[in-house]
Amino acid sequence: MEVQKTALYNIHKNLGAKFVPFAGYEMPIQYKDGIVKEHISTRTYAGFFDVSHMGQFFLEGDGTLTEALEKIIPADLKSLKINHSKYSFLLNNDGGIIDDLIVTKTEKGFCIILNAACKENDIKQISKFLKNNHKHLLSNNLSLIALQGPKSVEILEKLIPGVSDLKFMTGNNFNYDNENLYITRSGYTGEDGFEISISNKKVEKLINFLISNEVKPIGLGARDTLRLEAGLCLYGHDLNEKINPIEANLKWAIAKKRKDVGGFNGWEKIKNLLTNGSEKIRVGIKPEGKVIARENTKIFSIDDNEIGLVTSGTFGPSVNAPVAMGYVKSNFAKVGTPIKLEVRGKKYGGKVSELPFYKKSYVK
Amino acid sequence: MSEKKFSKKHEWVSLDGDVATVGITKHATELLGDIVFAEVPDAGKSVEKEGQAAVVESTKAASDVYSPISGEITEGNKTIVDDPSSINKDPEGTSWFFKLKIKDKGEFDSLMSKEEYDKFCKDNPN
Repeated sequence: MEVQKTALYNIHKNLGAKFVPFAGYEMPIQYKDGIVKEHISTRTYAGFFDVSHMGQFFLEGDGTLTEALEKIIPADLKSLKINHSKYSFLLNNDGGIIDDLIVTKTEKGFCIILNAACKENDIKQISKFLKNNHKHLLSNNLSLIALQGPKSVEILEKLIPGVSDLKFMTGNNFNYDNENLYITRSGYTGEDGFEISISNKKVEKLINFLISNEVKPIGLGARDTLRLEAGLCLYGHDLNEKINPIEANLKWAIAKKRKDVGGFNGWEKIKNLLTNGSEKIRVGIKPEGKVIARENTKIFSIDDNEIGLVTSGTFGPSVNAPVAMGYVKSNFAKVGTPIKLEVRGKKYGGKVSELPFYKKSYVK
Repeated sequence: MSEKKFSKKHEWVSLDGDVATVGITKHATELLGDIVFAEVPDAGKSVEKEGQAAVVESTKAASDVYSPISGEITEGNKTIVDDPSSINKDPEGTSWFFKLKIKDKGEFDSLMSKEEYDKFCKDNPN
């Protein structure tokens, strides 16, 4: 398959991006400033991220569409109000996570934001439940820009009045340059911010406005350090089809009503795990000192029994220390439990830590 | 001190008598990005030419640092272990990785000159 480029490719290039192949796209991993400065800019001012590689999947239909989606998504979609969003998943028959996603109720149906690497399979899986009268479309004409950081609201309000009224995990339609935009107050950094769905034709103009307001471009490198400090999962690393939401410590994302009543893929397995607990569970990990426990680092108990594996690990620039997350046997999951991490054949100390590593400041 | 010599794996070496100082080049730090971790060898350890001797990690990934020359380590630079970001600031000066007592000056002489290394980097941008 040919490598794809987003509508902003040339802008990234002019901004000094270093590109990497990611989920079939040429994406910026960093710009001139480098990962640490980009990370700090986002936390202290604001940064923009081109996340146009992600799938913007629109569904239209009546009440039967909601019923169909609820068979594969364990959110309470029936009670979801228009312009409200939920973090949820697509589940397989065994309760494994096919993808994690944000679903927003729209006037005509739903919009689901899907991970780039998963989007084609996701649509195949969703389509199994759709009826003939349900319309669906994966948009090719829309870019998706995340604007994140404490100054985001002040800056975006100047361009698009009214965005400051949005609460976290809600969205709305706005007019910009004679075109409709859909903006949600959400993100993947642990900061206040927005995700802006905008046509490929107008996106450059929006980016130029952001740059003129000293908003920095942020690459995938800092996106990873930001989301990890915020304790957020990355699909394909912290989540996959063999991991269910209970193991992933994401049971909060399954609606209470749905837990009790079921009617979605993998419910029996999940109900059983909710009652009896899972064998392993996702936890935060803080290595001692400066050693970085990256993905696939083995985790040991103090008496040297192997108890798990790191799924994400890096240096957290705002925490100013290494941070990681991974799966451990459930009896080692208590915050503060001392552990050992095997890095380059040598065991280093560490402990199970609270998530997030960095406290959020969402507007509720 | 003698002139600096360079390896294809982006280390630099300078020689003072039979003690060599080894670090990573500015070009290497630019490829790595922000350095957040360094591990240096303890005194007394023997290293082979092109053998793994130290570790450097950026936010992106971990990389081995090889010794371009064989010998016995006399000192690891603890300053860069305590402040890994100092490597980005002065890679070819104060942020050296280790010093070693060399066995064979021929190994030093066979490394690249500054001009040869610059050309090598230009021809092999990654």
